[in-house]
Amino acid sequence: MSPVEAAPVKRVSGRFLRSELRLIAVRRRNQVGLAALAAVPFVLAIAIKVAAPDRDNRGGGPDFFAQITGNGFFVALAALGAELTLFLPIAIAMLAGDAVAGEANQGTLRYLLAVPVGRTRLLAVKYAGILFGAFLAPLVVAVSGLVIGLILFGGGDVTLLSGTSVSFGEGLLRLLVICLYLGVCLAAAGAVGLFLSTLTEQPMGATIALTMLTVASAVLGQVQQLDWLHPYLLTRHWQDFGELLRDPVSFGALGPGLLSAGAYILIFLTAAWARFAGKDVTA
Amino acid sequence: MTLAIQSAGLSKRFGRQVAVDAVDLAVPRGSVYGFLGPNGSGKTTTIRMLLGLITPSAGGHQLLCEPMPDRAAAVLPRVGALVEGPAFHPYLSGRDNLRRLDAADRTAHARTAEARISTALERVGLSAAAAKRYRNYSLGMKQRLAIAAALLVPRELLILDEPTNGLDPQGTREVRSLVAELAAEGATVLLSTHLLAEVEQVCTHVGVMHRGKLVAQEPLAQLRSSAAPRARVLTDQPEAAARALTALGLTEVTRTAAEASGGLGSIAPEKVVAGLVQEGVPVRGFAVVAPSLEEKFVSLTGEGFDVSG
Repeated sequence: MSPVEAAPVKRVSGRFLRSELRLIAVRRRNQVGLAALAAVPFVLAIAIKVAAPDRDNRGGGPDFFAQITGNGFFVALAALGAELTLFLPIAIAMLAGDAVAGEANQGTLRYLLAVPVGRTRLLAVKYAGILFGAFLAPLVVAVSGLVIGLILFGGGDVTLLSGTSVSFGEGLLRLLVICLYLGVCLAAAGAVGLFLSTLTEQPMGATIALTMLTVASAVLGQVQQLDWLHPYLLTRHWQDFGELLRDPVSFGALGPGLLSAGAYILIFLTAAWARFAGKDVTA
Repeated sequence: MTLAIQSAGLSKRFGRQVAVDAVDLAVPRGSVYGFLGPNGSGKTTTIRMLLGLITPSAGGHQLLCEPMPDRAAAVLPRVGALVEGPAFHPYLSGRDNLRRLDAADRTAHARTAEARISTALERVGLSAAAAKRYRNYSLGMKQRLAIAAALLVPRELLILDEPTNGLDPQGTREVRSLVAELAAEGATVLLSTHLLAEVEQVCTHVGVMHRGKLVAQEPLAQLRSSAAPRARVLTDQPEAAARALTALGLTEVTRTAAEASGGLGSIAPEKVVAGLVQEGVPVRGFAVVAPSLEEKFVSLTGEGFDVSG
């Protein structure tokens, strides 16, 4: 027997996570997607500037469109509400669908596992990348909305849903918390997407599946006869972010949304792990 | 003799199809082990099991004397691998792809990463194309990058699945000399290939896969010597010739209408000719024929190999 070689020293390091974030950031597709998210508030604001605002309330969300002409701040809120139905879920679905299935599809998954990257660690880093996107996307929409809103309509004190006014600074703070809340909601969708991504070697399949799931969830949420199902739907509480525009802020009203998101994250991350930990990687 | 790779009864079944059937690999440390078999004979599936990418249906194995997959985290950093062709992110450069793999390795030093990446690229002759996007690489360049990835840190064991696939003759020569170089530095190399010539040129040991089974496994020199030379006599009296050959001590004597032949063993050919003449056998032609390794492998597998390249 030759002398037993010492096992290599394992270090705790953020290198792989940084590499993952860089991979997401330099990808042209992701850059274009983010630009599209940022463009929507511009289209919205310009359309409202040149035409009379549509005063009909659409969807289940708060009606911010009516207030836009008075304060550019509301462009950000209106854009978030509008993009939350489809654009933001698609963005997360692109990212999450690609997470494992994309690497499997390219064959890079086998090389990562042979490095070796532990399968649990790989899922953790992939989900961290999804979280990065989930929190970045609403922020980009909000900032873009603020910029064009202030340019076209100006700023000023923010009139809340409860009728009272707060300073523009406090308005910004509330907008930031709204973005964080939506980040948590999208993180829940991302956990479902990560699970779907472990089921297939076709990233687009996982992306489309998650998009369809969120759309189906929103549609089912409109069907009164299915009210027993509503509390369990993924998108059920997403429009609750309007609660952060009341005075005083009713954080309690956000509880169900956060709880639902937490449950989705826990269940689907566990499912992803159970599925991926022992899976044969033949791609 | 310690083994770099040892497997016992390693098997993999996909549904009803048995892809790998009770393979007992024994790859000695320091060897260059040619893992030879036609396409579809189960080589890649075996390699996937060795690296822990797929779970065996039965049996198990050790890498560098460590049980797999339990000790994968400790042993795989010491193993460089090329599995079923190169695979990288198309929109990253060659160098960025290597950076990513190095970043994923928790045992690699970040401080030395750039220097190690440059060395690996240089070793495979890819320095000039390092900044190009992988998407624009030729097949040969992709293959070289995959080999560079296996060389990011010094390895004790290299598992290379068809490393010369897609390379031009010059590239093939370079890779083969690189393999010899790595072996000379003390690394064990498992080289999977369907090219017999490749095994003859660079390997010290050989294992032959056929329809999921390991049908032969021995040092190449031993396999060569077991391919015993035979004496072949062309004559119009094959019966008399066969009698004479048997009398001279040749083994496994056979005859046809116009010739007789037998295994020479340690008998000198000139003595056989003299003996035949003495017996009055009319000799029209005489030859010593050694079956080539290729014939040996055909007899093992019942199939031909692609011997070109």
